[in-house]
Amino acid sequence: MTRALVTMPATAKRGDVVEIRTLIAHPMETGYRPGEDGAVLPRNLIRRFTCHYDDVLVFSAELFPAVAANPFIAFSTVATASGTLRFSWTGDNGFTQTETVSLTVT
Amino acid sequence: MTRHLKRAALALLLVLLAPTMPAVAADTRRSGFDDMSSQIQAMQRDDAANPAMLWLQDGAATWQRDCASCHRDAAVSMRGVAARYPAFDDKLQRPVTLAQRITLHTKPLAVESEALLGIESFVAFQSRGMPIAPPADARLQPFRERGEQLFRRRMGQLDFSCAQCHDDHAGQRLGGSTIPQAHPTGYPQYRLEWQAMASLQRRLRSCMNGVRAEPFAYGAPEFVELELYLAQRAAGMRLEAPAVRP
Amino acid sequence: MKRRELLGAAIGLAGVVQWRPANATAEELAAAIAAFAGGVPVRNGRVEIDIAPLVENGNTVPITVRVQSAMSEADHVKAIAIFNESNPQRDVANFYLGPRAGRATVATRIRLATSQNLVAVAKMNDGSCWSQTVDVLVTLAACVEP
Repeated sequence: MTRALVTMPATAKRGDVVEIRTLIAHPMETGYRPGEDGAVLPRNLIRRFTCHYDDVLVFSAELFPAVAANPFIAFSTVATASGTLRFSWTGDNGFTQTETVSLTVT
Repeated sequence: MTRHLKRAALALLLVLLAPTMPAVAADTRRSGFDDMSSQIQAMQRDDAANPAMLWLQDGAATWQRDCASCHRDAAVSMRGVAARYPAFDDKLQRPVTLAQRITLHTKPLAVESEALLGIESFVAFQSRGMPIAPPADARLQPFRERGEQLFRRRMGQLDFSCAQCHDDHAGQRLGGSTIPQAHPTGYPQYRLEWQAMASLQRRLRSCMNGVRAEPFAYGAPEFVELELYLAQRAAGMRLEAPAVRP
Repeated sequence: MKRRELLGAAIGLAGVVQWRPANATAEELAAAIAAFAGGVPVRNGRVEIDIAPLVENGNTVPITVRVQSAMSEADHVKAIAIFNESNPQRDVANFYLGPRAGRATVATRIRLATSQNLVAVAKMNDGSCWSQTVDVLVTLAACVEP
């Protein structure tokens, strides 16, 4: 069970800049590290993160092996209208995880 | 007021106040938290950024599914529990750690498994902010004393005891890092070195590796005794679980 | 691939062996920045990297990048890229913003194999590129497990 945590306010005033912090459990195996038997552990990374606000892409990121395990990404978005924010992580070995959060904008 | 007059006034004030000030020795104990950089301290303080929260979330789900039917609301039933472990187990007639207590009455959870660390974090979290409170149970005393002996015993190829680094040289630097006093204030914790959540026993095993000693097996009575002594040594200090450490 | 494996093993040993000439990585860094900037000259300024000057553990290093920008339709940051000088590869992370971001601030946690330079480059909607470079000291855990 992959765990993801999204922290953001549930409500905001129109025009406010909303801070969003995300955390997801993932080893982010670099593909450079030797395992206990000396053989290099295969690369296993989250490659891309996107945030859609009512299906409009408002933020995205490309991650490389230099991003630490259990990736933390913090960013912001302007509260435009009440709606749904959809956070999506995709990566190697068919990895995909989506979280949705509702934002009420007054 | 001139500087000299100020000093004289201060001295007089102290002399006058001296009899009213209680003669209390300052608590010089420091949690590993105090030895960390402000950036890592911020990571621990912020529940939205603390990686340990991922395990906590997992533990909360496990609680709902497997524990809540008997133990109800963890914030009530588990409050203060982690702060008084290790504790004496009547059936086994010996002390057990929190992790052992959990696995004694659940389905078998592998040592250091994600599932066990998750539920252990969740239970420990219910005591966050509370003082470490080792039970005043006389039956624990012989085990605690053995734990203290282990703490003072030289071991490994480097022939160091825990006390030599963590009592005698705490606060000094070893390589680039500050030697902590080694109080178990934040377990289970997310350790940056492992990029994973881990128990106190995993940390103790890695300490033993560090002095090139053969580590005791997980669950070994020596570890329970050491944990018992460490809890006594840290009695009264705030529990920070789940913590972050470098 | 053999070179990468060796470098990976060296890093895995918590020791640093600079067996590649220093110029090679500096050239790669310049090339990575130029590729991101699309050939546009990169100017120093407007970008601020917030990172501990002395890092206790290179496995997880918090970093925040802030770019001075109104983040309006007329003037906003389109992308922020972070590059390193001495890890096995130069890229760290790329972030894509726009006027809907509200603020040109991103934060994440990165891995640093050793003490090195880090560069953050911001690409603006008018095509201009700005950057800042910081030098980070990475200490190694003294009580190293074998």
